[in-house]
Amino acid sequence: MHKIPRTLAVAGLAALASLGTAEAAKTTITIGMQLEPPNLDPTGGAAAAIDEVVYANIFEGLTRFSADGSIRPALAESWDISGDGTVYTFRLRDGVTFHDGTTCDAEDVKFSLDRARAEDSTNAQKALFAGIADVSVIDPLTVQVTLQNPDGAFTTKMAWGDAVIVAPETIGQAATHPVGTGPFRFTNWVKGDRVEIDRNPDYWGEPVALESATFKFISDPTAAFSAMMAGDIDAFPGYPAQETLAQFEADPRFVVIIGSTEGETILSTNNKADLLSDVRVRKAIAHAIDRQAIIDGAMFGFGTPIGTHFAPHNPDYLDLTGLSAHDPDLSRQLLAEAGHGDGLTLRLMLPPPSYARRGGEIVAAQLREVGIETEISNLEWAQWLEQVFRNKDYDLTIVSHTEPSDINIYARPEYYFQYDNPEFQSLMADYAITADPGMRTALAHQLQTIIAEDYVNGYLFQLARTGVADAGINGLWKNAPTQANDLTGVHWSD
Amino acid sequence: MIRFLVTRLLSLCVSLIAASVVIFCVIEVIPGDPAAFMLGLNANPDTVAALREDLGLTGDALSRYFSWTTGMLTGDFGTSYTYRVPVSELVSDRLLVSLPLAVYALILSTALALPVGMIAAMRRGTLTDVGIMGTTQLGIAVPNFWFAMLLVLLFAVSLRLFSAGGFPGWDAGFLAGLKALTLPAVSLAFPQASILARITRSALLETLNQDYIRTARAKGLTERQTIVGHALRNALIPVMTIIGLQFAFLLAGAVIIENVFFLPGLGRLIFQGITQRDLVVVESVVMLLVFAVVMVNFLVDVAYAAIDPRLRIRT
Repeated sequence: MHKIPRTLAVAGLAALASLGTAEAAKTTITIGMQLEPPNLDPTGGAAAAIDEVVYANIFEGLTRFSADGSIRPALAESWDISGDGTVYTFRLRDGVTFHDGTTCDAEDVKFSLDRARAEDSTNAQKALFAGIADVSVIDPLTVQVTLQNPDGAFTTKMAWGDAVIVAPETIGQAATHPVGTGPFRFTNWVKGDRVEIDRNPDYWGEPVALESATFKFISDPTAAFSAMMAGDIDAFPGYPAQETLAQFEADPRFVVIIGSTEGETILSTNNKADLLSDVRVRKAIAHAIDRQAIIDGAMFGFGTPIGTHFAPHNPDYLDLTGLSAHDPDLSRQLLAEAGHGDGLTLRLMLPPPSYARRGGEIVAAQLREVGIETEISNLEWAQWLEQVFRNKDYDLTIVSHTEPSDINIYARPEYYFQYDNPEFQSLMADYAITADPGMRTALAHQLQTIIAEDYVNGYLFQLARTGVADAGINGLWKNAPTQANDLTGVHWSD
Repeated sequence: MIRFLVTRLLSLCVSLIAASVVIFCVIEVIPGDPAAFMLGLNANPDTVAALREDLGLTGDALSRYFSWTTGMLTGDFGTSYTYRVPVSELVSDRLLVSLPLAVYALILSTALALPVGMIAAMRRGTLTDVGIMGTTQLGIAVPNFWFAMLLVLLFAVSLRLFSAGGFPGWDAGFLAGLKALTLPAVSLAFPQASILARITRSALLETLNQDYIRTARAKGLTERQTIVGHALRNALIPVMTIIGLQFAFLLAGAVIIENVFFLPGLGRLIFQGITQRDLVVVESVVMLLVFAVVMVNFLVDVAYAAIDPRLRIRT
């Protein structure tokens, strides 16, 4: 009497379990991502998750980032720069079509750039286009971009996901149905679950090895672990559960990929706050911080210490960590000199990412060592943006600034650090219009040194990129010169 | 019965209006700007202003309240700021996951709890009763997300019989969809069943002490006949209340389980909406849930009346 239902239940479970576990063909891939993109238009939002789906896969720009961070031609086959460095003449590739079959020509390039720099533009990186004075179509395959001033970084700027080439007919639906020129076409988006793309048979370049790819969104770190272990996900390039990486390393089914990102993680400091406008206090904070302890404690050892706001893998990086070496005695002495011998209290606002929440607790403990008490508030991103970023109502916060080459934010006195140094601003202006590589390096070194010596912020570490992938996958990016999951070179072995 | 229905319907409408005011006010005072959230750290302030204009975030609160409520009455829930698609579309997609999951979990928990609770009541004081009470105590104490993680480790990671999570969509077939919802439904059902079994047991024990049960026994009915025919029906009132509450919880409160199994359900939609300040989505979904809860309570009230004729007369 009791046995029958139990047998039935077991049979039922077994029947359910046997469904849908067929071995995946080796021309498809499922990529795990922690955050779902809010929409799929890279020209209309800052969310990294947008580029992580569409960059290089669906949309392409005039130029693009390679895996090593160098710039190479994309839709522009080549370009000439005028003698004074202000006129860029881009020659476009012939025979490029959008996924809807229409051709991609000089008019589309003009449209895309003009749209991004227009007054009512909602491009999150509008500053990339600020130096453009004019875009003109010479012939269907030639575009001339005139800049107000020479700009040594212009082709790098055109490689950003925010500068991709779009068509006027389809950009309206790009948020939900992106149409680009890339080697993959958008096929389906099950909101909250996954985005699917498949191979573009009419691609102008070398066809990709993968027939289709799925981006699956798993926000919970533990769920990400289970999904990798259960084989639901083939690769998780931004794998969130670093504490479990050792398990993957020990398992021959997987490879662990550790690379770097463009994310300078800093203890941002309100330079206009009463107590913090004194450089001695900022310097005291800098010397109170033990970077390696934060990297070990909050990031499971992944991350590279930085002494200024520049990526260590950048050839122009200057190692200035010595200027803020861990020295609690010096901190206490500086605080005493500044008149805070009895200690002081600062407000530390922490946004949600674990680098901030876990790192913040460690920073607070290190500051307490030298007599600085912190009142910690945990904020959601939206609150953080309003209170810290917009209203500048904070003393300290921890944020990773993930945009590439973004030292220029220190030249914006209204930016949330409120750092206002005319010397830095004029050097930055020079840097922006310098094209000569040697001069650029010298200027970059000067810029890095100024902000390090002014102790604008506490420079903590460069955010690492920790990924896990099936051992059979080749061609995934190791580093993240821009936020992307470029699948164009990805293929399965055997 | 008619008067009963009318008064219940009236209180339902009042609840809904009050809820809409509360929801709107709460959303209004939450700090955070969806446009700033979308554009990130490098955006120029004038770009943020342009996007605010684009999204229709300007204008005074009162007119936005009325356009929201009147929109809802005509079935227009607005357009999501972040996804840029109608909220109704988002909600109906998510309901295709959340509603079956809630029903699946409720069926599992009720099917498990009622017999178990009855057995425990009938064998009060025996080893069976003690065993059941102990297990259900454990079921209440164990957090459902932890239980869910254990299920994943066993069935997905070790045995590899199930996916660790995700939902293929009903297009992939009914059984594939059901399979994807099985582990989540079990993890949701286990604690619910434990609560329900204990309620069933105590409600039955309560009625078993009543005079009419003694009468039933005295006229020679078997224990089974007494319980099924007389005690159970009377014990069902508190059980129904709990089932009603549980359904509302399962529909909206499954967010943690949805996270563990990365299911695209309603709970996660709200959660995402709150973090991204997609206020249209939050307002409309919360309102919808209030509607669902109020409706379930209304139906439970009606069901009481069906079970217990005395309730029809009293109100």
